[in-house]
Amino acid sequence: MKRPLLFYAILFMVFLYGPILLAPLFSFNDSIFATFPLKGFTFRHYAGLATNTGLLQALEASLIVATASSIIATAISVPAAIALTRHKLPGSAAIIAGMSAPLVIPSIIFGVALLIILLRFLGVELSLWTIGASHVFICIPFAMTVLMSRLEGFDKSLEEASRDLGEGAWMTFLRVTLPLAMSGIISSLLLCFITSFDEFVLAFFLSGTQPTLPVYLFGQLRFPNKLPGMLALGSSILFASALLVILAELLRRRGVPSNSAGET
Amino acid sequence: MRPTPQRSAWLVGYGLLSPALALMAVMLVAPLLAMVVLSFWTQQGFEIDRSFTLANYFALVEPSSEPIVWMGIPIPLKYPVPAILLGKSILMSLAVTIAVIAMAYPMAYFLAFRVQRNKALWLVLLTIPFWTSYLLRVFAWKIVLGFNGAINSGLKSIGVIAEPLSFLLYNPLAVIITLVHAWIAFTVLPIYVSLEKIDRSLLEAATDLGDSKWRRFLRVTLPLSAPGTIGAALLVFIPTVGDYVTPTLVGGPGGTMIGNLIQELFLRQNNAPLGAAVAIVMMLVIGLLVLIFLWLIGFHKLRSRVG
Repeated sequence: MKRPLLFYAILFMVFLYGPILLAPLFSFNDSIFATFPLKGFTFRHYAGLATNTGLLQALEASLIVATASSIIATAISVPAAIALTRHKLPGSAAIIAGMSAPLVIPSIIFGVALLIILLRFLGVELSLWTIGASHVFICIPFAMTVLMSRLEGFDKSLEEASRDLGEGAWMTFLRVTLPLAMSGIISSLLLCFITSFDEFVLAFFLSGTQPTLPVYLFGQLRFPNKLPGMLALGSSILFASALLVILAELLRRRGVPSNSAGET
Repeated sequence: MRPTPQRSAWLVGYGLLSPALALMAVMLVAPLLAMVVLSFWTQQGFEIDRSFTLANYFALVEPSSEPIVWMGIPIPLKYPVPAILLGKSILMSLAVTIAVIAMAYPMAYFLAFRVQRNKALWLVLLTIPFWTSYLLRVFAWKIVLGFNGAINSGLKSIGVIAEPLSFLLYNPLAVIITLVHAWIAFTVLPIYVSLEKIDRSLLEAATDLGDSKWRRFLRVTLPLSAPGTIGAALLVFIPTVGDYVTPTLVGGPGGTMIGNLIQELFLRQNNAPLGAAVAIVMMLVIGLLVLIFLWLIGFHKLRSRVG
């Protein structure tokens, strides 16, 4: 039984990573087509990225939106996660379910519904602000999951001790809860940043004149001669995202006690 | 009347939750309500007629005396495109969900019961693709399956085929394969968690009482992991019905789904009210299907057994 499952798991990983790793592979290929056999090794597709102003502007837009929405989503989620883990509230199950809505409802529904209320009811012009607002919303379930598991992971008696020793609720939060939850907060920031940075559908529907990086990339995919540059761009995004995920996971794992094997 | 300690604790709790609840109201409830309201209005040229009407919903089910035949099924509707695309999207998502669960379950089983060392490494490796750009994961399949793609050029260069195979890309199967790949990493983890939670002494008990490995799996492991697995299946099925990116990039004309129609109605055909009605009907149909499915399998009984 042991060997066939291991063999399957390796096949599974090949299926999972194979297609994703083709983009980096062809991005170093000295040809304008993504085809075998490979021609030769080159960095020229990457060098071209640095001088592309449209791309750099989109990158800047994405960095602004992702930074802002990850900070706001985490700032909203910290008190909410404390409330749901420290106070036994009636209706908390329904609240948690409501907060996971962005995970389940297709993003095209959100995109369209937000487009309607912004354009037809409120008359707001589309901009990076509208994209950012939608990204805060879709980041909430990720931030909540990470923060709640971190808050449940450490000993609550530490907070009780602080209160017994005379600290108020606010000082207890600042001096006990916040430092202990810090690894969770940083990993929430990182995961929200990636979520926003990579998000396409909402950004596509809600962008005004300034596109984010995925929207820019999508627009360029129509032009076959732009392919190698876009492969290089895609590979850079993949690499950066993977790096951030590994960092977030390392932080999260360090914060969770090793005996809770069920945590992921 | 002074507040009881419990009540004031609740007040603090809800106070802490209030920013998040306000965000949910602004970003979820208000836009969905706006969409419902818009679906009862009509588009007249560039103007919106704000008188209440069910015309958009009626347009989706209006019968016609000359049925249009799609895949051998006569569809007696005047405007059959939404109904056909919704049915097709549901079938495609169903195929995706079944394939994803069938492929992810053994992987999760391997992680939960076979991996002793380096478990964290396996978990991180499974997590990374989930967080990397969805757009890029979908686009990767265009490179794999394309007319000048990796499979075609690879097979050609080793002499297996003389001409590129054109049936790989731009069809429903390409959409299904791509969606399976895009969602599979997302499902391994919830199934793994539900397998990991199973009390190992139950498995020992089953063996001690004479069950074979296979019977033990069917009678203990599978039922106990069913709620987590079903949850994972729903997390794939519901969002993929409305997926927009995948059919746009790899679907071609034959692989379009309901999400493409919604986008088309909003951005190209400038008929937002009809688009809103299509989106609402899509959500209602998905919700109804999910409820029927959970009722059919007796989900509550399954869950109570896990405890």
